[in-house]
Amino acid sequence: MKARVQVMLKNGVLDPQGEAVRHALGTLGFDGVNGVRQGKVIELELAETDESAARASVEAMCRKLLANTVIESYAIEIG
Amino acid sequence: MKAAILVFPGSNCDRDLAQAFRAAGAEVQMVWHKDTELPAGTDIVGVPGGFSYGDYLRCGAIAAQSPICKALRTHVERGGYALGVCNGFQVLTETGLLPGALLRNAGLKYICKPVRLGVATADCAFTCAYEQGQQVTYPIAHHDGNYFADPDQLAALWAEDRVAFRYVDNPNGSAADIAGILSANRRVLGMMPHPERAAEPAQGGTDGAAFFRGLLAGVAQSAAPA
Repeated sequence: MKARVQVMLKNGVLDPQGEAVRHALGTLGFDGVNGVRQGKVIELELAETDESAARASVEAMCRKLLANTVIESYAIEIG
Repeated sequence: MKAAILVFPGSNCDRDLAQAFRAAGAEVQMVWHKDTELPAGTDIVGVPGGFSYGDYLRCGAIAAQSPICKALRTHVERGGYALGVCNGFQVLTETGLLPGALLRNAGLKYICKPVRLGVATADCAFTCAYEQGQQVTYPIAHHDGNYFADPDQLAALWAEDRVAFRYVDNPNGSAADIAGILSANRRVLGMMPHPERAAEPAQGGTDGAAFFRGLLAGVAQSAAPA
């Protein structure tokens, strides 16, 4: 079973990398980009076959390691 | 006085930190990240700067899960001292032993230069050699030193006098110019600037020598009644 975790800086936490990308897009002539937030995607290959068990396990992984919940939020997709 | 310096794959200030502790009179042992226990009688643990695990995932995140960090947590929970510098500060926030997190520098650049710091409190073993309000110069060398904590946590840090050092000219966007913070029991300090890189004349500055001398004296004094 596959899982995909998307980790983003929380709203309210300044994302200087996203800001730099926004500026670069403007320089390239892409007008009207009002905001850019940059995050990361982590793909997991799991032995677990039960979806809810997989979700619970990935949730624990996010809290313990994959995201720093002081500054980051995460979203999990299973399958 | 026994100091244990943790060594992770990618640490690069471990020997500098050991040298600064030794010069101040400590007996120093290096401890590999896979070890599960600190040397018996360790008074203070040094978590050095560098790029532990290549800064993979987040700076300090993988190191924080290493076996020796369990021993570090036990040491801190029973009232032991710990000093985390630069990547060591990031490790201490990732373990949850200190609040907040270190974000990418606001200017997105790696910054390597000496900076002026104000001593925000002298009420801890780490800064007892200084006067509150005194300025010192230590180098910084980091890409992710932009201290972040939510407003409630920041208010608590100020209310409890737990900000140890502040930048005079904030180089990285840190909240409230914070360069170093203390744990609630004032025995854990995390800071981005490097006192161990300003401890001998050959390093271009000696403001950090007093930090280590004061720290050893402060730790010895707190241990004496027990």
